[in-house]
Amino acid sequence: MTQLPAQTQKKLGLVIDLDTCVGCHACVIACKGWNTENYGAPLSDMDAYGGDPVGSFLNRIHSFEVQPEKGPAQTIHFPKSCLHCEDAPCVTVCPTGASYKRSEDGIVLVNEDACIGCGLCAWACPYGARELDQAEGVMKKCTLCVDRIYNENLEEVDRVPACVRTCPAGARHFGDFADPQSNVSQLVRERGGIDLMPEQGTRPVNKYLPPRPKDTMKELGADAADMSPVTGNPKGFLGWLDKALEAL
Amino acid sequence: MAHTEPFLETSPPVSDEIRKTTCYMCACRCGINVHLKDGKVAYIEGNRDHPVNKGVLCAKGSSGIMQVTAPSRLRAPLKRTGPRGSGAFEEISWEEALQIATGWMEPLRKSAPEKLAFFTGRDQSQSFTSFWAQNFGTPNYAAHGGFCSVNMATAGIYTMGGAFWEFGQPDWERTRLFMIFGVAEDHDSNPIKMGLGKLKGNGGKVIGVNPIRSGYNAIADEWVGITPGTDGLFILSLVHELLKSGKIDLEYLTRFTNAPCLINEDPASEEHGLLLRDADGKPIVIDRASGKPMAFDAKGVRPDLAAQFEQDGHTHRTVFQHLAERYLSDDYSPEAVADKCGVPAGRIRAIAAELARVALEEAFELDQAWTDFRGERHEKMVGRPVSFHAMRGISAHSNGFQTCRALHVLQILLGTVEVPGGFRFKPPYPKPVEAHPTPHCHSKPDCPLDGPHLGFVRGPDDLALKEDGSPARIDKAFTWENPMSAHGLMHMVISNAHAGDPYKIDTLFLYMANMAWNSSMNTKGVMDMLTDKDENGDYVIPRIIYSDAYSSEMVAYADLILPDTTYLERHDCISLLDRPICEADGAADAIRWPVIEPDRDVRGFQSVLIDLGARLGLPGFVNEDGSAKYEDYADYIVNHERRPGIGPLAGFRGDGGQTGRGGVNPDQMDRYIENGGFFIEHVPDEAAFYKPWNEAYQDWAVGLGFYDKPQPYLFQLYVEPLRRFQLAAEGHGKRQPPDHLRAQIREKLDPLPIWYPPLEDDHVSETDYPVHALTQRPMAMYHSWGSQNAWLRQIHGQNPLYVSSKIWKENGFRDGDWARVTSVHGEITVPVAHMAALNDDTVWTWNAIGKRKGAWALDEDAPEATRGFLLNHLIHELLPARGDGLRWSNSDPITGQAAWFDLRVRIEKADRQAESQPVFKGQNSPVGKGPDVVRQKVRP
Repeated sequence: MTQLPAQTQKKLGLVIDLDTCVGCHACVIACKGWNTENYGAPLSDMDAYGGDPVGSFLNRIHSFEVQPEKGPAQTIHFPKSCLHCEDAPCVTVCPTGASYKRSEDGIVLVNEDACIGCGLCAWACPYGARELDQAEGVMKKCTLCVDRIYNENLEEVDRVPACVRTCPAGARHFGDFADPQSNVSQLVRERGGIDLMPEQGTRPVNKYLPPRPKDTMKELGADAADMSPVTGNPKGFLGWLDKALEAL
Repeated sequence: MAHTEPFLETSPPVSDEIRKTTCYMCACRCGINVHLKDGKVAYIEGNRDHPVNKGVLCAKGSSGIMQVTAPSRLRAPLKRTGPRGSGAFEEISWEEALQIATGWMEPLRKSAPEKLAFFTGRDQSQSFTSFWAQNFGTPNYAAHGGFCSVNMATAGIYTMGGAFWEFGQPDWERTRLFMIFGVAEDHDSNPIKMGLGKLKGNGGKVIGVNPIRSGYNAIADEWVGITPGTDGLFILSLVHELLKSGKIDLEYLTRFTNAPCLINEDPASEEHGLLLRDADGKPIVIDRASGKPMAFDAKGVRPDLAAQFEQDGHTHRTVFQHLAERYLSDDYSPEAVADKCGVPAGRIRAIAAELARVALEEAFELDQAWTDFRGERHEKMVGRPVSFHAMRGISAHSNGFQTCRALHVLQILLGTVEVPGGFRFKPPYPKPVEAHPTPHCHSKPDCPLDGPHLGFVRGPDDLALKEDGSPARIDKAFTWENPMSAHGLMHMVISNAHAGDPYKIDTLFLYMANMAWNSSMNTKGVMDMLTDKDENGDYVIPRIIYSDAYSSEMVAYADLILPDTTYLERHDCISLLDRPICEADGAADAIRWPVIEPDRDVRGFQSVLIDLGARLGLPGFVNEDGSAKYEDYADYIVNHERRPGIGPLAGFRGDGGQTGRGGVNPDQMDRYIENGGFFIEHVPDEAAFYKPWNEAYQDWAVGLGFYDKPQPYLFQLYVEPLRRFQLAAEGHGKRQPPDHLRAQIREKLDPLPIWYPPLEDDHVSETDYPVHALTQRPMAMYHSWGSQNAWLRQIHGQNPLYVSSKIWKENGFRDGDWARVTSVHGEITVPVAHMAALNDDTVWTWNAIGKRKGAWALDEDAPEATRGFLLNHLIHELLPARGDGLRWSNSDPITGQAAWFDLRVRIEKADRQAESQPVFKGQNSPVGKGPDVVRQKVRP
């Protein structure tokens, strides 16, 4: 019902490194802090000190366990926010034009003045990346901190999304995927960055770097050459020591 | 609908003003930029210039705005009106509160100062609070280290003059292999995360040793899901493999450690097991070139690791030979330890090989000359890119001290400490034991204590014992039961005070420690002790004063509450005299200052202590005419001098240009504020590594006032003070341990690292209690003062018991099930969840998520209070009786560290419960309840 721009000049988005993310939730709360004070209505917290606290968040961490065929189970921390898709179904489904994709940089936003809170976009998003604010009745989603990345009141180094600025492990990277030389494009090439659920045909802009292989160290037997004893008997150790000290 | 875009303001004003201060959402002490609008906190982010966090900030720090607006903030001084524990209070004025406190304390100081016990929990001003306690004259002072990580700190100081975290850090820029053991993920959290990111970016590898694969272990390249309490055995097996294959750094051992020092081997000698020393008391080594004995620091000496030396009819051999003999034993072979550790022998051997390969074969050189303490010039600095880090996971066991020692011995054998690529100290560390005070405990009426409370004992003479041999301190720190309890034993204070053992006290004065809930073992028992009455109907612990900023569970148990401010409303100093924030490349300290004013009738606790000190006329707090010496804590921070020219803050001293040493500068606080709330002085390049032995570093440290003359020293593979206690236990010397402790001291205080099973294993049947139970701290929540935070409680609002696949299957658990968890001490019934990435015989949960009803301004149906739970109910401060007529403390027999992680339990499926068991009656909330809806925005 709402058209996407024919093309965008830039494709701004995030690369999230699943090999480095420790699941600390820093990005979740930095995002909450910036975006409750800035873009649109505050991100409410219902029953904030009660039995069933439910707040609006634009970014959440999910943790999964993976059991490989061989070796111990692994834990993967998976941060998830809007992927600013090129074929964003949340935009095309919007009945009022509130949900839109910027032609300048590809950021998908909600114009809260035009949002009627119908929730269709949240249904259409296959990633579950939109949340209806319970207090305000408008749809909330990642803005890629559009009010930071161009903000002339911030030092240039700080013109990045709040989640990227705060990530202690450096697992989040921001840049322009339309530029093959950008930091994010290079990371995706070097580390085999992937789309999330490509079968959905949404062409997400954000990419994920997969975890590197784990637990690959080969066990060593008692006869391993790497760790062969310097001597056959315990008394011989002193002899080895003497020789080794002479060689120093 | 055609594509249209509304107008969007992409450069909105961010804030009216940024004020830079220091975070206090955990103990990490990052720099923060507090953005203010209309004088209110609008946004908090990391300070890019700050040495600790360099701009990043964790979830806790980023949610500080919820901490300063928390409904659980205390509002005014409170006087108890109902029975203890009920939470019934009336608000009183500060004048009345201070008069009550003075009225209780003054007679004690005049008659028996030890009857005031002052313990300060998670205090970041220990150099100040200890100064206050010292001037009050009570021997009963400590902070929370005894129930936190004293094993780590003490083992590090005794072995190499510093430990991990505040004492040092990996050389993140250069390390290639990083091994991390049992780390609480809320500690030092930003630096470790930043370091891991950097290391991975450089292509380095991480080995994680932890029964639980969460957090840092989740991104480790290799995960060692070790059986709890066996880390020491695993480490000594690595040592065995390295020694056996000769893959150790002999040159490093020769030059920088006590490996070549000579041990008296004559069992008949009074000095059996002690190091041979010269007339000046310096350890002697044999020079390999001349074969002659020389002082360890003699110019030109090349110590011989293989020496044997006869003197006065006694044979002496080197520490290294003793060490090699012990660990070459097949008792430490991977095959011998694999089952106990739950790690295959081949994996232990492979890890040893990888440590050796990276340390020795990936060695590199920095083109930086330096001069060592023997006057020898070195043209290069040799790098060994292997580093280690460890925290509570290995230290909070009753074998934790020796396990931490073992880890330090491992890194020293590899030659990776204080070298490029390895583990580096942060100034003012390293500092050997000799640079630390011994404990002081001699109190007299109306008189300051004879010296600092806490310190490092060199032998039995330094124990805190009275003339009759009974403990001088209420927590029994520095006694034969735990001689090296360098941080005190806060976890024993309430239990001992209740028992009147070793004596009765009058007033218990606590700060910032939730002793009636998650900071105590045996939580229910502690609550009973706090409320117990004697035959006259008086409380057994007569008076309790507590200071906290929030309505924690402990508040209800105090008679008088002195409400503290939040961290954005106060002055503080993160001092080099205390637990500083330095980096390996610089000495740094920091302040907090009131970036907002309190909107309640609360005062910073340290300023209250200054007021109390003046009212009590304590030396150090009054002028000669009896008037108050300091107006408040800020005044103290700037004007106090610990030694001439040395004050709480090292930066901008004197005329503003002096560093470390210099007179008082009245503008110092302003200069810190202008500088972003911190100060850093960089270590010169020549002094950057080999700090204990590097002339340039030693001179730089003296210049800054860390100590008054250079004091190079050797790393102590063999810790002689431990041997002095063993000698006493063998019958030597005047001060003798009680007979029932002789065997324990002989066995456990071994001067070379040993491993023994956690003590609970000796007292509890492994068949009845086959499962290990642990807690961890989540990265997004700090224990005991985070859970009321409206944002973070949505991340960690309840805590299931995570159960391994093996236990899950054995019990036929399904999602949504509950389990009864039983220890020899108690029982809880709680929700369970399956976790595959977990040691087979282990269960665990997040620490301190469970809250008591009525506390923290939460609704009574809050998940923290209904489903959340504590493991503390299963842990006792004493081990169960074993028929010898004695009660044995549940702590490390060397340091007294609370052995939280020794816990053994059994698990059975239970009926689904309405609430986690046990349930305690709700407390009255002295602050009411929080609002239903939070919509945080200062101004659109």
